[in-house]
Amino acid sequence: MEPMPLREAIARHVHDGQSVALEGFTHLIPFAAGHEIIRQRRRDLQLLRMTPDVIFDQMIGMGCVRQLTFSWGGNPGVGSLHRLRDAVEHQWPAPLALIEHTHGEMAVAYQAGASGLPCGLMRRGAQTDLAQASAAGVRHVPCPFSGIALTAVPAINPDVTILHAQQVDAAGNVLIRGIVGAAKEAAMAARCVIVTVEEQVERLEADINSIVLPAWIIAAVSIVPGGAYPSYAHGYYPRDNRFYQEWDVIARDRQGFESWMQRHVLEVPDHAGHLQLLGVSA
Amino acid sequence: MSEITYTADEMMTITAARQLRNRAVCFVGIGLPSAACNLARLTHAPDLVLIYESGTVGTRPDSLPLSIGDGELAETAVAVVPLPEVFSYYLQGGRVDVGFLGAAQIDRFGNLNSTVIGEYERPTVRLPGAGGAPEIATHAREVLIIMKQSPRSFVASLDFRTSGGYLEGHGARRAQGCPGAGPRTVITDIGILRPHPQTEELRLVALYPGKTLQEAKAATGWPLQVDDDIEILAPPEAADLRALRELHARTAVAHASPVRIPIPLNANARGR
Repeated sequence: MEPMPLREAIARHVHDGQSVALEGFTHLIPFAAGHEIIRQRRRDLQLLRMTPDVIFDQMIGMGCVRQLTFSWGGNPGVGSLHRLRDAVEHQWPAPLALIEHTHGEMAVAYQAGASGLPCGLMRRGAQTDLAQASAAGVRHVPCPFSGIALTAVPAINPDVTILHAQQVDAAGNVLIRGIVGAAKEAAMAARCVIVTVEEQVERLEADINSIVLPAWIIAAVSIVPGGAYPSYAHGYYPRDNRFYQEWDVIARDRQGFESWMQRHVLEVPDHAGHLQLLGVSA
Repeated sequence: MSEITYTADEMMTITAARQLRNRAVCFVGIGLPSAACNLARLTHAPDLVLIYESGTVGTRPDSLPLSIGDGELAETAVAVVPLPEVFSYYLQGGRVDVGFLGAAQIDRFGNLNSTVIGEYERPTVRLPGAGGAPEIATHAREVLIIMKQSPRSFVASLDFRTSGGYLEGHGARRAQGCPGAGPRTVITDIGILRPHPQTEELRLVALYPGKTLQEAKAATGWPLQVDDDIEILAPPEAADLRALRELHARTAVAHASPVRIPIPLNANARGR
């Protein structure tokens, strides 16, 4: 499989109204792909991610998103996502439907989706308000063998899962290293997988049990160095914690947010242009 | 000898660190819990096992991570496992001794809210949400909670119950069959609360030096019960304070360092 430009991968595989997971657990977050979705003005997306952070704040604030499935929505270590809050609290720029889970629930929902099961199971937890309040639709059922109380979570099968990873080899196999979150499960659960990678190599730097997504489950690979910035790619560049702190200020008011997005995302042709403008490319 | 000066935050973090015994397996939340756990590891509990929900098991960071998934956590870990494994095999599998949580609101039975202020459908403040807290609160053998005490955070009635503590008290949690014992210790910026053995209502059992019962009661949104043998804690040891301040100093340097992305010169030729 030949790598294709990210612009083409998004144009070909991501459509208005689809359910799209962009996974990454603070690491390997597909920022470049999220920005390209914003540039191509996708609308009514049903986004999924366990820990929506700055890229989801940007997509929500730019009006790409109708629904969010998630289990923790914040700027890690910094505080709130102001655009997510504005959408939920004031319906700006549009109302945002929430499908809210816990981490444990969302992990088993992806695993179920990847396994071809209709639901994932976990032990029922100490009673809370979430099962009742959330539109996630979890149910409590007894184990058919022991009678132990279980929580059943509907499987998640995104139309598209987008990941960022370190390497693709000549045959199109993809290596993911470091903190992997639920990346593998989200990919295996999806009908279509798009991956951006730091680089193409002859042979992956993979130990025998490494997480490698075989080429034949992937619809498109794009080579986007720095594609996870301001999150990070282990072995390539660290997380820009300073940017995450700055985002708190940028996203606080609507106008400041819109002019930042206009200048740094819409008015640059691609991710290389974005990084250059921010002054982070070497 | 000159008197040691310290902040309420420092006293709270050091008090929380002292609750952790060496070799315990601890599931760590970000912020104050992370600071307390790493301080314990750098002082009296060098073999404390720290698990962050990002999948880093037995991690030993030199500075505090800003997020639960900073690279430092992975580089210094014994193992980095996929997230579903952390929740299924380590937490639900019963291998975690101590879960360490914070929240926006707590009630008298140690139930926590980190979801919304106001109504769920029309919140005045939308908070980040549950994350792994409900599972940590359910499965860890015991739970430590660290929160600043004020009438806005220590409330008579939660706006939303995100994570279960002792539920309605009086054995309700046990009756529901929860594996873990629940919130055994709540560390605040005024003192320590623990559940009453029968009612399971949180009571004040210790005060920091210079803090008063009146302050504790005024900072609590329900009529706060006080243990008969209330303890007045000693001020922090100089060595603990030094270790904590050095940790914060290393963290400030680490978080401020600029990031440069090495872009290969031929990147443009390769279909970006």
